[in-house]
Order: sequence, then C-alpha cells, then structure tokens
Amino acid sequence: MARLGSVRNRRARVLPGFGLTLGFTLTYLGLIVLLPFAALVWKTADLSWGEFLAKVTDPRVVASYRLSFGTALVAGLVNVVFGLVVAWVLVRYRFPGRRLIDAIVDLPFALPTAVSGIALTTLYAKTGWFGSVLDRFGIQGAFSPFGITVALAFVGFPFVVRTVQPALEDLEAELEDAAASLGATRLQIFLRVLLPSVLPALLTGFALSFARALGEYGSIVFIAGNQPMKTEITPLLIIVKLEQYDYAGATAIAVSLLAASFVLLFAINLLQAWSQRHHAA
Amino acid sequence: MPPDAVVSRDLLALQRAAYASARTEKPWVRRTLIGLALTFVALLVLAPLAIVFLFAFEKGRDVYFAALTDPVAWSAIRLTLFTAAVCVPINTAFGVAAAWAITKFDFRGKSLLITLIDLPFAVSPVIAGLIFVLLFGLQGWLGPWLVEHGVKVIFAPAGIVLATMFVTFPFVARELVPLMQAQGAEEEQAAMMLGASGWKTFWRVTLPNVKWGLLYGVILCNARAMGEFGAVSVVSGHVRGLTNTMTLHVEILYNEYDTAGAFAVASLLTLLALVTLVLKSLIESRHLKPLKAKLAREARGDDA
Repeated sequence: MARLGSVRNRRARVLPGFGLTLGFTLTYLGLIVLLPFAALVWKTADLSWGEFLAKVTDPRVVASYRLSFGTALVAGLVNVVFGLVVAWVLVRYRFPGRRLIDAIVDLPFALPTAVSGIALTTLYAKTGWFGSVLDRFGIQGAFSPFGITVALAFVGFPFVVRTVQPALEDLEAELEDAAASLGATRLQIFLRVLLPSVLPALLTGFALSFARALGEYGSIVFIAGNQPMKTEITPLLIIVKLEQYDYAGATAIAVSLLAASFVLLFAINLLQAWSQRHHAA
Repeated sequence: MPPDAVVSRDLLALQRAAYASARTEKPWVRRTLIGLALTFVALLVLAPLAIVFLFAFEKGRDVYFAALTDPVAWSAIRLTLFTAAVCVPINTAFGVAAAWAITKFDFRGKSLLITLIDLPFAVSPVIAGLIFVLLFGLQGWLGPWLVEHGVKVIFAPAGIVLATMFVTFPFVARELVPLMQAQGAEEEQAAMMLGASGWKTFWRVTLPNVKWGLLYGVILCNARAMGEFGAVSVVSGHVRGLTNTMTLHVEILYNEYDTAGAFAVASLLTLLALVTLVLKSLIESRHLKPLKAKLAREARGDDA
C-alpha cells in the first residue's frame, strides 16, 4: 500500500500534457517555419558555388548592400545617442507628459510599416514640412539615402530606448553616492560609472536596431526612390528579382541577407550574456 | 525616504546635500536634456502621426468616408480582419502549448526550440514572403503538385494568411515563456495533488496566473497581423478586391497619387496602433510590472 501511494505521489508531481503540447508545438513549427526554410535551402542547393557568388557580388547587389549597411549603421548611431538621452530623461526626471512620451516611444513598433512609410515620405518630400526646410539647406530629404536613414531611425528607435531603460532603472544609487563622496564631478560619474554600466545594453540596442534596419522594407520602399545602384535597398532588390521571375537571384540575395542577420543575432546573444554577467557582478 | 529610516534620515540628508551637485545634473542640464528628448520624439515619432490624420482629412470628411466605404477598400478591410481572425487564435493556441511544454517539463533541445520559435523575428519580412513563394509558387517546391490539385496559395488569400502566420508566430510564445518560467510549476503540481484534472489545472491555476501576459502577447500579435506589409506584399500579387489587405490598399492608393484616400485607410491602421499602444502600456504598468517585480522578489527569496 505504502509503495503504491508513493508511486501515485510521484505521478501526481508530473504534470500532464507534455506529448500533446510538444507535439502541437513541433508540428506547427515544422509546417509554418521549418518547411518554408527548407524550400529556401532547396532552392539555394540548386545553385553552384560559382553561380551563388556571381549573383551576390553583382554590382547592383553590392551597391544595395553598401546602401543598406551604411544607412542602417548611421540610423543605429543616431538612435544610440538619442535613445540614451530619451531613456535617461524617462528614467531619471519627472516632467509633464512623461508617461505619454514613454508610451509613444513604442509607436514605431505598433504602426504598420506602410503607414510610417507614406507619412515619412510626405514629411520629407520637397513640399513637405521637413523636406522644404532641408531643401533650403540643399539637402534632399525623401528619395535619397538621407530619407532612408530617417525611416530606419524611426523603426529602430524603440529598440534602443527599451533596452537601455531597464539597464538605467537597475543602476544602484550607491555607486553614484560612492563616486560622489570620493569627490567625482557629475560628468566624471556619468562617463566613468554610469556609461560603462549601461554600455552592454546600449550596444544590444544598437545591434537590435541595426538588425531590424537591414531587413526593413515597408517604411523604406516609399521614401527611398528605389533607383538601381543609388537608392535601392537589399530587401527591395529581392522583390525586384522575384518580379523578374529570377527566383535563383532572389534566393541568393536572401541567403546573404539572412547570413548577416544570423551573425547579428549571435552577436546580440553574446552581448546579452555579457550584459547579464555585468549585471550580476 | 522610507518611514523606517527616521533615525539615520538627518545624517543621510546632510551627507546627500554635501555632494548633491555630483548626484544629479544642474537644472539647465536637466532642462536641455528634457528639451532634446521631447524635440527628438516630436520630430521623429509625433510628426508622422500628425501627418496621417491631417492628410486623411485634407480634402474634407466626405472624401475621407468615401475612401473608407469604397467597395475595394471594404474588401481590403475584410481580408485584413479575416487574416487576423485566423492567425491570432492559432498563434495564441501555439504560444500557450509551446510555453506549457517548455516551462513545465525538461527535455533535450529545449534551447534550440526557443531559438527556432524566435526565428521569424530575425528574418526580413521580404524573406518571409519569399520562402512561401519558393514553397508554393509556380516554380516552387510544392508548386507543380498544387497546380495539379487546383489549389492556389501564392497570389491568393491563403498565401497572405500563411505569410502572416509566419511573421506573427513568436509573439504569444515569447511573452508567455519567461512569465511561466518565473512562476514555476509548484502551483500546478499542488492542484494536481489535490485531484484536479490537467485541463482544470490549466484553466483554474495556470491561465489566471498568466492572463495579462497572454493578453499582452495577443494584442501585439494582432497589431502585427493586421499591419504586416512586406511579407504579404511578396505573396499577394496585388489583385484588387481579392488579395489586397489594408496595408497593400494604402500602397496602391498612394502610388496612384490618391493621397487623401491612402491616408484615410492609413488612419484606420493608425487608430489600431494607438489603441494597441494604450492597451499595451496599461497592461504593462498595471499588471505586468507588479507581477514581474513580485516574481523577482520571490526568486530572490528562494535563492537566499
């Protein structure tokens, strides 16, 4: 009897539904995510190494990489600076409208990219609010790399704020107190104590914003102008190749873009691990 | 200052005042930073928001409502609602199942599974559309078989639903997994010991514990499902009245220089985004932050 009881107890500790839930998870994952990826691998395997290299190093494709990486880099840097300022202000200061600003930071996440695309294009076109001002300084807003950078800054902005904010909230006041009692100035404390503590979060935010920018399409396609060799981003080139029924070309470019995304994802994971160690220490 | 620190309060205040200038910024620095942050958010985020509504009503209310009641616009709205109505429940069910399997049991390959679930987030929307074309398109892997059986996926609503399922795949799962991980399995085990069935345990114990996280994930999933553009653009073929979603309809109107019409439809999507933001921020501040803080305290208590 006693033995039976203990067996029953042990059974009761194990929750049911493992087979059902894992089965459903794996089946659905397989059908919606893995099967389409298998099609990508299948199409890539059709290409010889030489063909693949020729397709991804075509001058038009290389020009699109240069544009996509360049604008993503600049947008990421802009976001690092202003994302830190906005996160800092939201965490450290109390002012009217703070909660509204805090909520609105996520708008680029929630707004469909096509909507951001047409709104930004209207703003930065020659006749638009900002475009007309820029035009007076000889800067072309929309239909130029400048416009692409603005749109990428828009979509990437929440990533930096939302990764830096919790890091700033978690900072311990004792550190600042200690530095202050040792005679450090405010600027020294910021540069030597605060900035190094939020650096991992800042870099993670940059990488997330950069990764999002590399693959971004909807908010860019309207503002870019889409001229080959000049304002054609890599994701758009994939669509151009598809419309020409050049499936192999589209696949090759997609694989190269995916490779860049995965490298970034790996870097982000390393950064987050570093950030957690930093946090624990 | 907490009331229990009365004794040391004076001393602390004295000490703090001594290096107050090094503990916080000078007023002018604060004001400059706040001004800088407000200006940046206003120029980058608020200006596009204002533009949407200004241009939607640029030609008056009649043009606005005419753009929304146009039959082609209606079919786009219907397709968007239909897509969300299919994708959100399925991805919610998936998210709950995945979170249950991942957080209540130990098995090999768990971290690989979590990585794979997050995969759609790392992929450009254009590539998300492309892989479905490579799978179901005429030159695709299953293309010939589909043609034989008269099934159309690419350039058809089915393709739009599938591509949307892919891009919204991780939303619910990625919200629930960390939450259920932090909550552990003790409460469920207790319920089972007391004789509750598995389903009853789930409905009465697990679900009430995670309902706000679940709702949060569902809201984000829905916003993305209704707002997705890149992936559906690749698989849609832009057939008016048939394979046009709201975002694709916005694109078509805009490219035809019907700015007022494009922004009218865009204003509906923007309202959806604003409602999403309000709900998201309410759930976060009222429910998720307190809950996560409580779980973190419990975790620290357990460790000690």
